[in-house]
Amino acid sequence: MANVKTRLLKENIAKVLMQLSGITITGSLFLIVGTILYKGLPYLSWEMVSQLPQGGFYIGKEGGILNAILGSLYLGTVSTGLATLIGIPIAIYLNVYVKNGSFLARTSKLIFDVLFGIPSIVYGAIAFSVMIWMGIRASLLGGIITITLLTIPIVVRTIDELLKTIPIDLKHVTSSLGATKWEVAKILLRYIKPGIFTAILLAFGRAIGDVAGVLLTTGFSDNLPIYIDEPAATLPLAIFFQLSSPIPEVQGRAYASALVLTFIILFIVICTHYLASKQKKHKI
Amino acid sequence: MYSLSSIETKETQNIIFPTTQPHIQIKDLNVHIEGKHILKNINLSIPNNSITSIIGPSGCGKTTLLKTLNRLVDDTKGVDVTGSVLVNGEDIYGKHAEVTHIRKKMGLLSQKPFPLPMSIFDNVAYGPRIHGERDKKILKGIVETQLRNVGLWEEVKDRLDASATRLSIGQQQRLCLARGLAVKPEIILGDESTSALDPISTQTIENLLVELKKDYTIVLVTHILRQARRVSDYIIFVYNGEIVEFGKTEDVLLHPKNEITQQYVKGFIT
Repeated sequence: MANVKTRLLKENIAKVLMQLSGITITGSLFLIVGTILYKGLPYLSWEMVSQLPQGGFYIGKEGGILNAILGSLYLGTVSTGLATLIGIPIAIYLNVYVKNGSFLARTSKLIFDVLFGIPSIVYGAIAFSVMIWMGIRASLLGGIITITLLTIPIVVRTIDELLKTIPIDLKHVTSSLGATKWEVAKILLRYIKPGIFTAILLAFGRAIGDVAGVLLTTGFSDNLPIYIDEPAATLPLAIFFQLSSPIPEVQGRAYASALVLTFIILFIVICTHYLASKQKKHKI
Repeated sequence: MYSLSSIETKETQNIIFPTTQPHIQIKDLNVHIEGKHILKNINLSIPNNSITSIIGPSGCGKTTLLKTLNRLVDDTKGVDVTGSVLVNGEDIYGKHAEVTHIRKKMGLLSQKPFPLPMSIFDNVAYGPRIHGERDKKILKGIVETQLRNVGLWEEVKDRLDASATRLSIGQQQRLCLARGLAVKPEIILGDESTSALDPISTQTIENLLVELKKDYTIVLVTHILRQARRVSDYIIFVYNGEIVEFGKTEDVLLHPKNEITQQYVKGFIT
């Protein structure tokens, strides 16, 4: 056959293109992690992760970023938790209770797609104006609400995609046993359990890494985030402030803070993968 | 190709079978899906304690007919059902009909086995559990009885806690049958239940169904004529959403009255 050569050529071109993108992505990852390590590791100290900023921290004085670490952890976990609690029922409702392809199902999915794509600064700005209107100042609570709203579409869309992969027959055989819709929903959740961890992970990554959403709503504080109605520090904002400093030492601390943030995310990823692998036993 | 207008089905549509009391009675059933007339004016009585096979070419509406029997058709987008389906004289499309209760009466054996994402034991115990059975001893008893019923007990008794997905596909289908039987249905619906199985597993399922018919009314959708001949007592031949012929297996397959049935049985229409 004459065209075997062209087909093999196409095959090879495709393969090379795929390998090139693979190398680019892995390379960029190493570049980013490498830069953070190279520039941040010398400034990373026990003092930095265990202390609050002392007076004049951002102009090079003593202290650490414990306030931002804790603020980010609070904000990330609480928002992700809330988004999961709200998002999973929405996805279940749209897939089990609402007839597939109905007006409500299609419109809601469209709306969540749009919400998914809206930049977080818009969420922040809207939340900020609502907060001003209600007379609430920038606080941890404001940040949690904003970031929850930001992450709900991520949870809903991810779970929705997971539910779509379930063959309709599983739903049918379960309801043939006399199961109610809620009981069917529980079976479907069991089926997609490993995937739910991925959804939570995606939401957490977005929540803990967001700057624009918290800039206006959470503010910044040198204190520990103890009170929910007071401003709180977050790691991404801490990085931002430190990077804008002209002092090299403070800039170095920005990289060290980035390193801490990366470690937190790495830790969460490993935990999620571990939990997900425990769940795979029953996957069909 | 046969156009719809060329089929004369009117005389054969209203066959009511002379049984003591028909388990399932379908009256003037019409199903539209997104404006398309899928099932046309169906009138049927399905006898109890027998196997009735629904045969017909692909896309003729046989699966839809089966799914109207347990109201799974409700899930289809843009569906409109008129007429009535009486099970033990009770209209399942009636105003006060309760879907969950109706479905419990009918076990479904789907095209491919779909074990629930849990252990072998829990698969069989799932139905009784959701219907309120909490006693562990009773559940154990049900699981053993039903697994014995489908001839799976000896193969799995040492690994009841293992995931059901570890079983071979033939074993999975028998497990699904056991799971369905555990909720004590009256009717078993099979939607090409052996199409994903190897010949030996197919034979096992067929033998099981023949054995089960003394206690259940069984309705099967199949596209394999030989299977219909092997297992069924009655045959419904559906073509273009209409019932063309309904009768005893040998009558329909060996002496079809309708020309279109003859063509189908000879293999000219697939």
